[in-house]
Amino acid sequence: MTKKINHFSEMTAGDDVRAPYRHYQSWFDGQDVDRLSRKAQEAEVFFRRTGITFNVYGQSDAEERLIPFDLVPRILSGAEWSKLSRGIEQRVRGINAFLHDIYNRQEILRAGIVPVDLVARNDAFLPQMMDFTPPGGVYTHIVGTDIVRTGEDDFYVLEDNARTPSGVSYMLENRETMLQMFPELFSKIKVQRVSDYPKNLRRSLEASAPAGCTGRPCVVVLTPGIHNSAYYEHSFLADQMGVELVEGHDLRVIDGHIAMRTTRGYKVIDVIYRRVDDDFLDPLTFNPTSMLGVPGIMDVYRAGNITITNAPGTGVADDKAIYSYVPEIIEFYTGEKAILKNVQTHRCSEPDTLKYVLDNLSDLVVKEVHGSGGYGMLVGPAASKKELADFADKLRADPANYIAQPTLSLSTVPILTDAGLAPRHVDLRPFALVSPSSIDIVPGGLTRVALTEGSLVVNSSQGGGTKDTWVLES
Amino acid sequence: MLGKTAGGLYWMFRNLERAGNTARLIEAGFRIALTRSKDPESEWKSVIVTSASQSAYTAKHSGYDSARVTDFLLRDPDNPNSVLSVIKGARDNARLVRTALTTEVWMAVNETWMVLTQALKDPVPETDLPEVLSLIRQQSALVRGALHGTMLRNDIYDFCRLGNFTERMDSTARIIDVKYHALLPATSFVGSRMDNVQWEMILRSVSAHASFRWAVEGEYNAPNIASFLILDRRLPRSLAFCASQIVDHLSYLAEEYRDRPKSLDLAQDLNARLKNRDISSIFDEGLHEFLNAVIRDNNTLGRQIEHDYRFNA
Repeated sequence: MTKKINHFSEMTAGDDVRAPYRHYQSWFDGQDVDRLSRKAQEAEVFFRRTGITFNVYGQSDAEERLIPFDLVPRILSGAEWSKLSRGIEQRVRGINAFLHDIYNRQEILRAGIVPVDLVARNDAFLPQMMDFTPPGGVYTHIVGTDIVRTGEDDFYVLEDNARTPSGVSYMLENRETMLQMFPELFSKIKVQRVSDYPKNLRRSLEASAPAGCTGRPCVVVLTPGIHNSAYYEHSFLADQMGVELVEGHDLRVIDGHIAMRTTRGYKVIDVIYRRVDDDFLDPLTFNPTSMLGVPGIMDVYRAGNITITNAPGTGVADDKAIYSYVPEIIEFYTGEKAILKNVQTHRCSEPDTLKYVLDNLSDLVVKEVHGSGGYGMLVGPAASKKELADFADKLRADPANYIAQPTLSLSTVPILTDAGLAPRHVDLRPFALVSPSSIDIVPGGLTRVALTEGSLVVNSSQGGGTKDTWVLES
Repeated sequence: MLGKTAGGLYWMFRNLERAGNTARLIEAGFRIALTRSKDPESEWKSVIVTSASQSAYTAKHSGYDSARVTDFLLRDPDNPNSVLSVIKGARDNARLVRTALTTEVWMAVNETWMVLTQALKDPVPETDLPEVLSLIRQQSALVRGALHGTMLRNDIYDFCRLGNFTERMDSTARIIDVKYHALLPATSFVGSRMDNVQWEMILRSVSAHASFRWAVEGEYNAPNIASFLILDRRLPRSLAFCASQIVDHLSYLAEEYRDRPKSLDLAQDLNARLKNRDISSIFDEGLHEFLNAVIRDNNTLGRQIEHDYRFNA
């Protein structure tokens, strides 16, 4: 059974099993661990054959990697989920209102709630988006909110991925794999479905089409190509939605619209779910050397003839310094208190805070303001003296580039090891779909798990794995 | 369908076909070198010439022997036509067009790439060669099987088949052309031992040695073998068969798209040159000249298909 440690265990409470896991535990007790281990190997072969892999930057694609999959589900009760999803919905609403505001009237800056500098000096802020409202007023069509848990009722938002959250394909494939491996479990335990996601995504994207679009909107997914680390996800989503997967060179501007080159000539498209960064989107407006985007797309966008999801410039909200203001942002636009808590965040740009962070470096997690994927971060308690000293130098050189957070006591969920179940730290990335008329959150999300005992780093690029996430019915 | 997708499907199947053809060619060379060792050097040389990679080969190697030739054709990453290179190409194309493939076809290609990458990780010793060659043929047959069994008969299928038959036509024509001296009805070689070796090599290269026995009443002589490989529509690797398949699939496309692209005209011209012919008129025209024209026109046709269906920007 799970070892006794100080972190909150989602499966056990003392000698008891927590309610959401009771049925699972009784099923598990009847299983043979060797058989389960064999199943785990089968799952790996399945992932490999299906090509559910990701590329690691800077490596040849002979080294496509699998994200390790653990077959013990992470289980949330219906009640836990409903609080979480209400919190996420509120947060997404706040962020969308914030983006609209900073690109238009900037009331929140004038009210002094968010410092002007944080927006004005933000690399992700795009002046080209000023005084323009995207179709339906939506900026963040797809949001992945990273959430960690430290206690029974303690959920914290770790960060908002409002720009291009990835991982939803793993959520779907993990469920598919579990259904294939353990059909009997799903007939015993009623788990809310996630399989509607691609259909809902398409509907949500269609609902965000430009006002001038007549008939059923033509939606495409824009990928940088097969060498991108998330290419599998791009093709998976296009496939599941039944839309074309395009690259920049398949597209061009024709008569003020964006059109794709088909075997029968050019066809106008209405909505682009792009997985290409802002910088590479339009060589005429942004990075002139980029071959990944579409020359002139920003003009078409500003003329209201295409919907780009997520909207350019959305990355401002991903900034970890802005993150620290999200509770205030929510209150400013919705008049409500934030349902989900933020992790206490020290902004190193403030001199007193910088001193505190430097003095307490070995207790803190320090992150780059624009970083993602676990790159460029320091986990104080796990770092060596030399790593701490080196990082302190980086901090002093460019304090505004960093924020620091206390090391949280992340909850654990068991994984299957050769010796049976063993606790590991997890986080959760639920996915929200935003259209002009609705916000739709798929029950569950992607649970990432640190596979190394005691490790707090769950990122797949840093060797983390994933689990199926169950939200129980009722 | 995106033009890029059509191109990806077409090249995926050209690559897969090329892998299978290369395996057949090596098998033919290997057998002959094993069983009749009179002049293995020239047999292996002709294998390289037939595979259309002589200049790439001579840039690296000076002589021709079983180990170097098979390694070059199977594994050399500098040889764009090596089995490893084209299987990688097929799999890259399959990833590109993933959304147009059924799960079964995709998994068959992905598995083919995994299995063959593993099998060709190290140089293949002679003792393992037959097994590896048969694995290559089996894997490419697996992909074709998945295609036949699971894909809609729509434009996606047509582009796959066009890639398949364009490549096969090129390959068969090259094999015959390299051996054309053996197929000329010249008196001096007829019936000689050398002649038989060459014919067996030709038939083996297109996996047609048994088919020939079943299908052709007459003897193993030049006109019969040439006629079988060029004109017999029962043989799935003959030029006539490939040409008629290309016409069929371009016609289905034209019907579905309600247009008549130039590539269909070119394909019909090519097909007509192979229809209702007899082999003696081809010999009169000059076998080498005839084959060269087929190879050239098939290339032109391939480029026209790319253009008509907007494979590239």
